[in-house]
Amino acid sequence: MKARVTVTLKTGVLDPQGKAIEGALKSLGIEGVASVRQGKVFDIELDGDKTTAEAALRAAADRLLANTVIENYRVEVLG
Amino acid sequence: MKSAVLVFPGINRERDMARALRLVSGREPAMVWHAETSLPEGTDLVVAPGGFSYGDYLRCGAIAARSPVMDAVRAFASGGGLVLGVCNGFQILCESGLLPGILMRNARLKFICHDVHLRVERSDTPFTRGYNAGQVIRVPVAHGEGNYAADEDTIRRLEGEGRVLYRYCSATGEIDDTHNINGAAQSIAGIINERGNVLGMMPHPENHVEDIMGCTDGRGLFAGLVAHLERAA
Repeated sequence: MKARVTVTLKTGVLDPQGKAIEGALKSLGIEGVASVRQGKVFDIELDGDKTTAEAALRAAADRLLANTVIENYRVEVLG
Repeated sequence: MKSAVLVFPGINRERDMARALRLVSGREPAMVWHAETSLPEGTDLVVAPGGFSYGDYLRCGAIAARSPVMDAVRAFASGGGLVLGVCNGFQILCESGLLPGILMRNARLKFICHDVHLRVERSDTPFTRGYNAGQVIRVPVAHGEGNYAADEDTIRRLEGEGRVLYRYCSATGEIDDTHNINGAAQSIAGIINERGNVLGMMPHPENHVEDIMGCTDGRGLFAGLVAHLERAA
């Protein structure tokens, strides 16, 4: 099955890359941009049923994909 | 001093580190490949050197921190063994859980490669006994992700327990935003773990150990480790 893990910076963690992108969007004249935060998306294919897949993905996120000092993650099994 | 230098794919400062260790300790360090599951018998000091392990993929040091040899390094550290991580090595130690916090992208987004001044905050640790407390040393930095960050409680504990050993400063030792090159919390350049046997630092003391390098300020760190181990022996 296909799944997606999304990793984002926790609120309050300074994101200089997001700030630079925000500045670039504004200089392009794209209107209404209030702020930008950069994150990561992992598209993962794996075996097993939904419950075991979710558990495996949580373990993957906790142990490697995210650094929970500064990042949050979200796991979605897309089927 | 019997030292072991960890070798991960993509690092590039391991020979500089080995040269400095050989020069100061008079012994050839062992080079230990990341896939090893044990350290050489009688190792006194493990060093994670600088570079770009695994191309900095995912997060700096994240993949190296999960390699087999790091289990041996964790066991070595929990037995009180001395561990030093420099630059990418500091990032690896943070990612492996041996040190708290994380190294984020430099606040001004630029890769910084030049000499900096560091204030040595205390001299009563194995990693600083070659210096005096308050001494200012000059060593190079070369990193894009050296902006030390941790939650407020961790920073408070690091400060309260005197675990910040090196801080970015001016040539005369002042700590301010101008000299905090990468935006690190509290101008932190190097910290130790709770037990005091694991140091991580962004600057490269191994690159200022011989006259030909134009400066020998980094030598004190290695000389201090040698002196500490001789005293303990």
